[in-house]
Amino acid sequence: MLELFTELFLLIGGVFALIGSIGLARLPDLFMRLHGPTKATTLGVGGILIASMLHFGGQGEGLSVHELLVTLFLFTTAPVSAYLVARTMLHLRGKSVDTGMGRHHPADKEAS
Amino acid sequence: MLIVAMPLAFGCITLALLLNFWRLVRGPGRADRILALDTMYINTVALLVLYGIHQNSSVYFEAALLIALMGFVGTVALCTYLLRGDIIE
Repeated sequence: MLELFTELFLLIGGVFALIGSIGLARLPDLFMRLHGPTKATTLGVGGILIASMLHFGGQGEGLSVHELLVTLFLFTTAPVSAYLVARTMLHLRGKSVDTGMGRHHPADKEAS
Repeated sequence: MLIVAMPLAFGCITLALLLNFWRLVRGPGRADRILALDTMYINTVALLVLYGIHQNSSVYFEAALLIALMGFVGTVALCTYLLRGDIIE
């Protein structure tokens, strides 16, 4: 029974991580691409960590805290890094010409 | 045990890592590359936890925690550099 749940959470986690990465690779716009990794991939890692807790908790050694640490850390830092990446996108798009981001460094434009 | 789900989960995470790497190489902007690198860190944490379940050992959680930590610090440092032009002010 426990093993069945472990397999279920493993599958959920793997599929959600894959969905997030497909979103990162396939979506057309910069800000759309931000949605995939920050939500779906975090949920996928959460599912795999739940599966790991079930797997190691079923061996009679009690609940292990390592997974909780990893989960807590990932779930608190994902919004922060998403916010920083979004601010970087806005900053770079506001200063560079058309869609060719990465062609010119913002500092070059300021200097000229 | 876990005969069905484990190879499927490994395949999903590996495919996700390949897609992230494609976006990292191709991505049109610098922010895209930072995002792809951040996602690669998160997927690597998932892969390490999966390998820990596969090997039935809890040593890999320490490595997963370290990679998560360093990934976050790296993302913050890269974004701060692009935003301010300086990491430590």
